Amino acid sequence: MTTTVATLKRPEGHYRASGSFRSEWTKLYTVRSTVWTLVTLVVASIGVSILACAETASHWATLSAADKVGYDPTNLSLSGFALGQLAIGVLGVLIITAEYSTGTIRATLAAVPNRPLVLATKAAVFGVVALLVGEALSFIMFLSGQSLLSGRAPDATLGQPGVLGAVVLAGVYVAGLGLVALGLGAIIRHTAGAISALVGLLFIVPLILKALPQSIDNSLSQYFPSEVGSAMGSVHQQAHTLSPLAASAVLCAYVAVALGIGGWLMVRRDA
Amino acid sequence: MIEARGLTKRYGKTTAVDDLTFEVRPGQVTGFLGPNGSGKSTTMRMIMGLDAPDAGSVRINGRAYGDLAWPLREVGALLEAKAFHPGRSAAHHLTALAQTNAIPSARVDEVIELVGLGSVAHRRAGKFSLGMGQRLGMASALLGDPGVLLFDEPINGLDPEGIRWVRNLLKGLAGEGRTVFVSSHLMSEMALTADHLVVIGRGAMIAEMPVATFIAQSSQHFVRVRGPQLAGLIPVLQGAGATVARDDDGALSVVGLEPSTIGDLAGAHQVVLHELSLQAASLEEAFMELTHDSVEYRGDAPPLPRGSRDPRRSAEKVRSA
Repeated sequence: MTTTVATLKRPEGHYRASGSFRSEWTKLYTVRSTVWTLVTLVVASIGVSILACAETASHWATLSAADKVGYDPTNLSLSGFALGQLAIGVLGVLIITAEYSTGTIRATLAAVPNRPLVLATKAAVFGVVALLVGEALSFIMFLSGQSLLSGRAPDATLGQPGVLGAVVLAGVYVAGLGLVALGLGAIIRHTAGAISALVGLLFIVPLILKALPQSIDNSLSQYFPSEVGSAMGSVHQQAHTLSPLAASAVLCAYVAVALGIGGWLMVRRDA
Repeated sequence: MIEARGLTKRYGKTTAVDDLTFEVRPGQVTGFLGPNGSGKSTTMRMIMGLDAPDAGSVRINGRAYGDLAWPLREVGALLEAKAFHPGRSAAHHLTALAQTNAIPSARVDEVIELVGLGSVAHRRAGKFSLGMGQRLGMASALLGDPGVLLFDEPINGLDPEGIRWVRNLLKGLAGEGRTVFVSSHLMSEMALTADHLVVIGRGAMIAEMPVATFIAQSSQHFVRVRGPQLAGLIPVLQGAGATVARDDDGALSVVGLEPSTIGDLAGAHQVVLHELSLQAASLEEAFMELTHDSVEYRGDAPPLPRGSRDPRRSAEKVRSA
């Protein structure tokens, strides 16, 4: 019996990052959970945005003056990300926790012992996919939302100041939140635990803050991801929210901290 | 070539692997033998750089695992069955691994055929039986055509035909000059497959020797003596230097004297014998004897005196070698 092949010659040098990129891309598109979470992201985001815009369009005449002052049609048409963000977060978590739960991580690390490289290539491949999907989705949501508002309530166009930036940044938020979730997955390593942490960060903790005295809520809420995402997709900055640029910086900090701790723990812990 | 030096791993107060030093040489199958829970898998994960040792080090071809230039082309490992995503096909799983080490995709098809998964290569691997999962693990180990191979309990879940296939594969790989390190808790399996043995218990080294030496050393001969008047014979045998144990059925198990000597002594003291037979402990028995004190989990049956009858033991007649 022979298992040797004459063609399998060892290349020069050392295993390369390019191979890891190809491998992570293969792993991403060859499982169904990727397709399902992305479909959920698209359906939930567009669905909620369309509902919100249709609702405002039909009730514009009866809205209070106060509501009309804070009205931001761009932000309204992107509001579906408030729900859709959970789907991209789940995908971000699964990309790494599914490797731990199935034992694939040991095959991965045996092939590429450089653990920071493994996490970095996962983040890069997933980040690019999430960014492309997020941007496409953001523009579709904006355009479909504005077409619903058009004629019945004030609408926005991409040419207006700040609008294009808000639409682009909302798509960036999708990718950023996915990377935060990937970092959470690397830290927690269990699917259920990491998704629970994600839901807590996105929905539960902001709810708890609302129950606290208003001054605390006002000063803290704006730094939580959901509010950060909303601020990135805004044209008119609301009270107690960050500017789009400041919100983008906060998102970058979340990504850096989550992936940084995740990578550090990956190096330190046994696989 | 794998070299472990003082390899130690602790989990809290438990020492899972205790100061292991051994070498695994190319061109032969080295069996890594120990009861379940004795630290075999932990040792293998440390060789692979997956778990960090608390003390000591292990090198593959002179390098730490993390410093290998093309890890899959140098080391192949089957560390656990079903170390793959259940939703991904075998072909995609192997493709993703191959890409990391710039292994051509033709090699993926080749190893799939080699392990006999050709007809199911594009089916979701979650539907695989344990045996098919083991074959996929074998395929990933062979993917990079590596010179060093590690297999952790490779025959688990395989049918007799699969076991024979693994046995031949391991021997074939060693015959090609590769380093083959295979763990098992079954001495009988290692006697058939391995050339060299590393035996551990509770994480510590018990023995490192060629299989032939282990078999020769551990074949404990004892003589079974049966008859109606044995009570008087016991002190005589003991006086001649034998260790004597009385079995449940009244027979004596005598260690330290040849059957001819026992017969002579019985005749001289006019003791009638109904049976006088040489018995040899099986390999499995010898292994259990060797690791008896180091079994992590066991029922609370008390240890029996050497050579006595034991339901766990299956003494067999001496084979003429």
